Amino acid sequence: MISVRGLRKHYKVHKRPPGLKAAFRSLFHREYTTVKAVDGISFEIRAGERVGFLGPNGAGKTTTLKVLSGLLHPSEGEVRVDGHVPRHREEAFLKKIMLVMGQKQQLLWDLPPAETFELNRAIYDVPQAQFKQTVDELVALLELEELIQKPSRQLSLGERMKCELAAALIHRPRVLFLDEPTIGLDVSMQVTMRSFIKAYTERHGATLILTSHYMDDVAALCPRIVVIDKGALSYDGGLDALVQRVRPEKRVMFRLEQPVEAARLTSLGRVVSHEPGSAVLQVPPEAVSATISRALSSLPVTDLTVENAPLEEVMSELFAENKARRASVAGEVGS
Amino acid sequence: MSLRNTVRAFPSLLRVGFSEALAYRAELLVWVLSTTMPFIMMALWTAVARDEPIGPYNAEGFVGYFLATFVVRQLTGAWAAWQINYEVRQGTLAMRLLRPISPLWAYAAENLGAVPMRVMVAVPVAIFSVLVVGEQAVPREWWGWPLLLVTLLGGWLITFLANVCIGTMALFMESSNHVMDVWLVLFFILSGYMFPVSLGPPWLSALVDWLPFRYQIGLPVEVMTGRHELPETLLLLARQWIWVLVLGTLAVTLWRRGLRRFAAYGG
Repeated sequence: MISVRGLRKHYKVHKRPPGLKAAFRSLFHREYTTVKAVDGISFEIRAGERVGFLGPNGAGKTTTLKVLSGLLHPSEGEVRVDGHVPRHREEAFLKKIMLVMGQKQQLLWDLPPAETFELNRAIYDVPQAQFKQTVDELVALLELEELIQKPSRQLSLGERMKCELAAALIHRPRVLFLDEPTIGLDVSMQVTMRSFIKAYTERHGATLILTSHYMDDVAALCPRIVVIDKGALSYDGGLDALVQRVRPEKRVMFRLEQPVEAARLTSLGRVVSHEPGSAVLQVPPEAVSATISRALSSLPVTDLTVENAPLEEVMSELFAENKARRASVAGEVGS
Repeated sequence: MSLRNTVRAFPSLLRVGFSEALAYRAELLVWVLSTTMPFIMMALWTAVARDEPIGPYNAEGFVGYFLATFVVRQLTGAWAAWQINYEVRQGTLAMRLLRPISPLWAYAAENLGAVPMRVMVAVPVAIFSVLVVGEQAVPREWWGWPLLLVTLLGGWLITFLANVCIGTMALFMESSNHVMDVWLVLFFILSGYMFPVSLGPPWLSALVDWLPFRYQIGLPVEVMTGRHELPETLLLLARQWIWVLVLGTLAVTLWRRGLRRFAAYGG
């Protein structure tokens, strides 16, 4: 469905130090620097897959999505989406895809979302019966009944994002590019959006690429993740495999009947947190059973759970590893 | 994008443009107030022509000319340059580019969508003009009416396409608003908006004949007030539509080349 080979996107950016003197100098002599937003990434995505793009700010995730959706022309490399070259922006291609960016909107600002739905129906040539069925379905699933007749500017951020997503799905795209779709939303709205996106992709067999800084979005929606860092691909595989590779240790969380001394916990494993009524230990996976048995016999445990390390920590550790590796390569080249 | 798809979607785009114009009615009123320069010019030139005509215009002729100028300005206005410049800089053009219809059609529909509201302002002024200056306010020959419509369309197209060309320059430079400022200065001086172009020195009139500005305002006003015979009108009309073709070609070329440079900042 999606094939990316050696994709590069480099920008020439005008560089100017602050201050009036530099401003005058830049009138006559401009310095440019090349930013390698994406620097030679390759991957394949099958039809119906849900893939999370992860990476720190400025890693190249959004740039990749913009190239895949035909907004940006790649500097180098070959990109195909369902047989189309995105930069040609063919009508058939644009009717198959949709890019939703949390910060950008397609809703008509001064008109109710229903007007944007109707406009999209005309632009995407959606048959009336299918349009009605899709709108009814979206209104029910996203609880839009009260919202679609109000001017978009009068909606809250969360309400607007729900309508934005609905507008993006009027033509039932087969490929969905979602860039931070839950940014700025409260927890319950995030959950609603996640479950809706999952239901949509499953019902219509749509392919999804998602970028999000909320790891819960990725964990809930994407069995596969692609990690991009400084424009390069640093991981492509399952979420569990990444966790096993970067942070295999498990978190054992205890609920305690009464407070215990810290010394009694340190003998069991590394203490991540310790409160009067609870404690969290980090232990190697092979030691989980033994640690639990010792804890149950030595501590006033009322409840316990075993989990992987939070995804945020895993990613942060992965990015730190990548950074250290780049610094070491740069050091070797320098010497 | 296919023409079939565009033709099918255009009425919906026009409807949305009209709905937006209704939503922005206060802004439209302010815009109308900002286009009252012809009334000021009318007061000045009728005072100058009180004792004797200036060129072919007596005081009544100036009243008819500037009321027609106001009407034509209402019907040929476009603001796509500011819209495109803003959307390129903010990156919001990206959302238009994702749709299977050229954004240029969408800009055209949004700009045309405001015309019905402007007609509501222009028609009373045109009626007032007929009441004040009589037959000089409207075409006296039957052929003047269809040609007026064609020159109005040509005037709008030149204004819109020039706006597209200038707005698209934002894809090549940091901002194109100052280019629009320069265009507007030339437009005010050379279009017939502030004085009939035939009143300028011969070299200026000759120059104006070869520039696009006269065909935005001056020509429709001259046709509306019956200033030319049929052969001369047809010659000027041909020049107007040559400008439509030139600017249309330039707009599409700039747009296609510019899009390769679009960085879709933000988001």
